[in-house]
Amino acid sequence: MTGETGWLGWQRWRRLLGAREGGVRVPPGILRWAIVLVFAAALSFPFLWMGITTFKQTTDLYNTKNNPFLFNLPPTLEHLRLLFNETMYLRWLGNTAFAGAVVVAITLLLALPAAYALARLTGRWGERLGIGIFLTYLIPPTLLFIPMSRVVALLGLQDSLWSIILVYPTFTLPFSIWLLMAFFKSVPRELEDAAMVDGLTRFQAFVQLVIPISLSGILTVVIFSFTLVTQEFVYALTFISSAAHQTVSVGVPIYLVRGDVYYWGSLMAACLIASLPVAVMYNTFLDRFVAGFTVGAVK
Amino acid sequence: MAIVETRDLTKVFKQGQLGAVNDINLLTREGEFMVFLGPSGSGKTTLLRMIAGLEEPTRGDVLIGGRVVTQLPPRERRIAMVFQSYALYPHLSVYKNIAFPLRAQKVPKEQRRPKVEWAAALLGIGELLERKPRELSGGERQRVALARAIVREPSVFLLDEPLSNLDAKLRASAREELTQFHKRIGTTTIYVTHDQVEAMAMGDRIVVLDKGVVRQVGSPREVYDDPADTFVATFLGSPPMNLVDHGDVLAGFRPEHLLPAALVEGPAVAITARVTGVEYLGNERVLYAQIQDGRFGGKRLIGRLPSVYQVEVNEGEAVRLAIPERNLRFFAKSDGRRTEARSLAWE
Amino acid sequence: MGMRRGDRFLGAAMFMPALLFIVGLVGVPLILAFLYSVGNVTVGSVGYKFVGLANFRSVLQNPAFRGALLHSFIFTVSAQLIVIVGANILAVALRNPFRGRGLVRFLILLPWVAPISLGAIGWKWILDSIYSVINWALVSVHLVKPFDTPMWLGEPKLAMLSVILVHAWRMMPFSTVILLAGLTAIPRDIPEAAAVDGAGFWRTHLEITLPMMKPVIAVALLFGIIFTFTDMTVVYILTRGGPYDSTHVLPSYAFFAGILGGSLAEGAAVSVFLVPILVLVAWAMLRVAHRTEVV
Repeated sequence: MTGETGWLGWQRWRRLLGAREGGVRVPPGILRWAIVLVFAAALSFPFLWMGITTFKQTTDLYNTKNNPFLFNLPPTLEHLRLLFNETMYLRWLGNTAFAGAVVVAITLLLALPAAYALARLTGRWGERLGIGIFLTYLIPPTLLFIPMSRVVALLGLQDSLWSIILVYPTFTLPFSIWLLMAFFKSVPRELEDAAMVDGLTRFQAFVQLVIPISLSGILTVVIFSFTLVTQEFVYALTFISSAAHQTVSVGVPIYLVRGDVYYWGSLMAACLIASLPVAVMYNTFLDRFVAGFTVGAVK
Repeated sequence: MAIVETRDLTKVFKQGQLGAVNDINLLTREGEFMVFLGPSGSGKTTLLRMIAGLEEPTRGDVLIGGRVVTQLPPRERRIAMVFQSYALYPHLSVYKNIAFPLRAQKVPKEQRRPKVEWAAALLGIGELLERKPRELSGGERQRVALARAIVREPSVFLLDEPLSNLDAKLRASAREELTQFHKRIGTTTIYVTHDQVEAMAMGDRIVVLDKGVVRQVGSPREVYDDPADTFVATFLGSPPMNLVDHGDVLAGFRPEHLLPAALVEGPAVAITARVTGVEYLGNERVLYAQIQDGRFGGKRLIGRLPSVYQVEVNEGEAVRLAIPERNLRFFAKSDGRRTEARSLAWE
Repeated sequence: MGMRRGDRFLGAAMFMPALLFIVGLVGVPLILAFLYSVGNVTVGSVGYKFVGLANFRSVLQNPAFRGALLHSFIFTVSAQLIVIVGANILAVALRNPFRGRGLVRFLILLPWVAPISLGAIGWKWILDSIYSVINWALVSVHLVKPFDTPMWLGEPKLAMLSVILVHAWRMMPFSTVILLAGLTAIPRDIPEAAAVDGAGFWRTHLEITLPMMKPVIAVALLFGIIFTFTDMTVVYILTRGGPYDSTHVLPSYAFFAGILGGSLAEGAAVSVFLVPILVLVAWAMLRVAHRTEVV
């Protein structure tokens, strides 16, 4: 009997989980809230911590007797001042934005026609080529960066922002083609037929009709490619050797550290400032990205 | 305006794919409203799309206005097409939708507006020009699609099941509207449908297609009253024609010609059948009957009895039914084709 | 429906630029990776000489490499175990809408969408040897003594644990949103039918929901494996493979040997050890995609 009703009893846990007799819905039970809160806190904690560290005075940060969750001394903007005035942080942000913009442009230029070709013009071959393209997305930079460093050197691009601009489309392209292909397939064929009867060539119909209709899909690809550029670490670390040419994701963790000295306040500020906009952008388009990953597995 | 002709037009698909067509030879008349009628997979849409240039024929030719256009892309055929979904450009206003073909064909800007307004006025959608397609009702969408089709004054109109997305009530009025529209502009029109009511109501002539082959071309009266074969006979009409097996021929008669013997005058064949069911539909009664004995014993028949006849017919009773001899049609059993009338022993 | 002949040429022309790019910058380096692994290329050299399996022999004899190989598997398996269990729980908890779900989703997503190198440096601060906030919390609840706090990144076992947890932290959001997508795609009437048939929450979840989510779980897991197994950022930033090579993984070891050590050939040979797993995952993914399309 105790097994059914006691502290460890089955019924008790069922109630806590919000299960009702004969009901599948999990109503907002206490346990459910607890789960959500614990996960949300644990997953976002480092960013909360970055925020707290950013505004703490150095002496407060480095006094192990102080409660690190409290501002034992008044908050300060000193770390931010240091970051923006005395480091190359702004330059890295600029480099990242520039590389991101160019990579996005290259990606669209190549992916839009390729995805349309796969969606409409290649018949049964399209299916196979599409899968092939998708599989290249699985080839990681850590497999390619060594030969790639030679290719980059051969092209005379070492230690230049252009090296990563050239290489980054290798991972933005496959996923973008994949996403856009699904998007183009959802455009009704009759629209293009109508446009061709109305006087356009197939290619004109693509440019004047399919692209404007697919704007939201294209925006998804733009955001996705851009976030991938901001997240990339291995290639930038390998190809670029001077601080001035770095992107944020390598510049901050590698070049903000002087020798062995970590300026934690500025470092955390740099991490938070670079992370949040990317996170907000990504969050807005989340459902599309998920659809890109789960094509076929979710109906 | 122009005549459309197809010569041995054939499309072979990869195995298993529906819609192939075989050696189609058709010739429209000037300004005609021709309907392609057939079940799904009969090839009617493939045929239309080949005429439009959206589908490449495996062999054969399409001629529009006497000119071979087989190798021309759709945009150079001077045709207009209305699609099943209407294919309105979702991101463009009604005005821009209608102006689209003009823009695509590089009509100067100042000439576009009067043309768009003319087309919009013709279809009574002058007030909708600033709306987006998603803000329109089904009927309004159809009119926009038609306006977009006529705006550049095509020589041929192609319509692919344009009414199938409308609900039943709207469909009747849209049908009437399309007929009126065709009368006003008088352009040769080819209309694809699987709905025999649409075909009968609108077509000057109907092309009945099945499995990629033309079964019959004729006026609605011809295809209904004088079907060329058993497919046409049973595809048109609802309920379909009764067919009874008679040696090497099949004798057919429409349900409305199977009446209680007392109501039939003139030469007729009579049979005795047991009524197995009666459906009262208001304007008529549908009788389900089974021939009782004789050489057709056991054969099931369907009859339609207009409500103007007050005869009593009850389920389970044996009744005397008759078919006027002039309403009997005969088909060869071997290939289903029509054969000459003959007199048969019925009992 | 069929296509016009011109369409096929147009299709080839439109596909070609992307194809050339991918062949040139993925295909060629991929082949080079294999060639390097059986050659004698170094950073400074220009020539190429085939050396057979010498590079593989040399790295295999190196205990640091054997450690990296082992760690790669330990990290991937443990991190993915944590992720799949956690993501399942979290996805179920998030399934039904509630007030504030948008904000919660944003918070939960942060580890995945923020650049991983920046997230990792955040962890480096949280796990700092002197100023670790975790240690402060442990001391203040008297779980550890003030002068005997754990060296999270300085002690082999703890460093491994840290790297695993940071990997799990990073992948958790990804798997959660994928599972959530699968969960919400299950038609409501199926669990409802189970409820009508008298099944409770657990029975419904274990016998109906989970089996229906198999393909989605597989997708999340396979991507998770790829992203964890081939990642070097977390290790590079947290520990640089230390202490005493105790946290090196294949990619980080390849970077140290190939780029920092200057032996491109050896680095390439190390990277090539990633390939079997990649092939396996790709094969599994095709199977998942194929099966779900057929059913």
